[in-house]
Amino acid sequence: MISQPQARSYIVYLTLLAGFILTIMPLPEWAATYRPQWVALILIYWCMALPERIGVGVGWTTGLLLDVLTGTLLGQHAMGFSVIAYIMLKLHLRVRVMPLRQQVFTIFVLLLVERLLALWSTGAAGYPTPSLWYWITPIVSTLLWPWAYIVLRDIRRRFRVA
Amino acid sequence: MAAALLSIALMVLDHRRNHLEHLRSTLAVLLYPVQYLAALPVLLSESAGNAIINRNQLQSERDRLEEENLLLRARLQKFEALEAENMRLRGLLDSSFKVGDRVLIAELIAVEQDPFRQQVLINKGETSGAFEGQPVLDANAVVGQVTHINPFTASVLLITDAAHALPVQVNRNGLRTIALGTGLINRLELPHLPNNADIQVGDLLVTSGLGGGFPPGYPVAEVIEVRRVPGQPFAAVIAQTTAHLDRIREVLLVWTLDPGNRPAIQAGTDEPSRETTTEPAKEAVE
Repeated sequence: MISQPQARSYIVYLTLLAGFILTIMPLPEWAATYRPQWVALILIYWCMALPERIGVGVGWTTGLLLDVLTGTLLGQHAMGFSVIAYIMLKLHLRVRVMPLRQQVFTIFVLLLVERLLALWSTGAAGYPTPSLWYWITPIVSTLLWPWAYIVLRDIRRRFRVA
Repeated sequence: MAAALLSIALMVLDHRRNHLEHLRSTLAVLLYPVQYLAALPVLLSESAGNAIINRNQLQSERDRLEEENLLLRARLQKFEALEAENMRLRGLLDSSFKVGDRVLIAELIAVEQDPFRQQVLINKGETSGAFEGQPVLDANAVVGQVTHINPFTASVLLITDAAHALPVQVNRNGLRTIALGTGLINRLELPHLPNNADIQVGDLLVTSGLGGGFPPGYPVAEVIEVRRVPGQPFAAVIAQTTAHLDRIREVLLVWTLDPGNRPAIQAGTDEPSRETTTEPAKEAVE
């Protein structure tokens, strides 16, 4: 029916849903602090791949849903995600052509920004500063980026999301 | 830009409480399938474990439970006599008394929340009559209180969360104070005790019921460290929660019953089979 490549936005939302499940899935106590920012990674990928459709709005909504899921202050993840979606939209042409090794650094900064904004908002709400382990998640997530990138790219090609 | 501003506005509203409970619970209903999916592996492995448990294990567990039941019933006999006596004495003094508590068992949903908050999700919500601020106990002691109510789930803030404070008193001498959460699992601190306060390691802290949120007399924590530094105005007192907050799987939601609002409370329940009432207390009054 549609002559152009099909939209298939539902694939994007399904991967974000998978990110939600990975985020709240129970892990052993020692592993819980190393849990990567799955949803942020997936969001960054789609902002880079489909900047004309996935942007600040989707990022904000995703963040709000994640806030409800993880019981944080409403808007905490929403703010971080909309900011990284915005930065990614500005940078997507540059980041797309970078080799994976170089992409990793940009992603690291983005994830760090997300964590920093979250820390800032919990701090403003009167929560004490968490321990230094708080900063391990962007590192773990960054190490996972090449893998996440390849998996998501394959998903995009397989289902011809464009 | 607008999104960031909107987020900040949301956070402010949410922090000032109760403005956004409706939005939160609506979204939580939409997201319930996600939570269910995430908890599914644990549910399945548990039911598989139940299915392949062998006869010997069942037998030994049954023996243990029978023994425990016998002990508890023996203790209950004494408790009933004491309760009746207590009621009679209070009647003589003409003072008001607690009629009893109704409890409902809730199970933890196996999903993770923010790792830097002490918070859990339980599988009873508005439809079971839970309410915000409701005390939550386990078999041993106080666990926390309900903070967000959704139709089918509720989130419980544990007493060790850094944002939680609980009025307690020392069981030995009635010394009242406030137990603050530390953000560390199973640790509480008592910051406002002077150096000469009569508190020592091993003291049991119980709820004082003064805040009005929690019923009085439930165990909370045991003092494990008292440090008195002469130059400091307050002693540093650390307590360990009696409830094993890192290991709980089932909790009790508590309704404190007083003669006034009892009918309303009994109407708001959907699972009569799972609930237990402290019958003797009620009978003794009526």
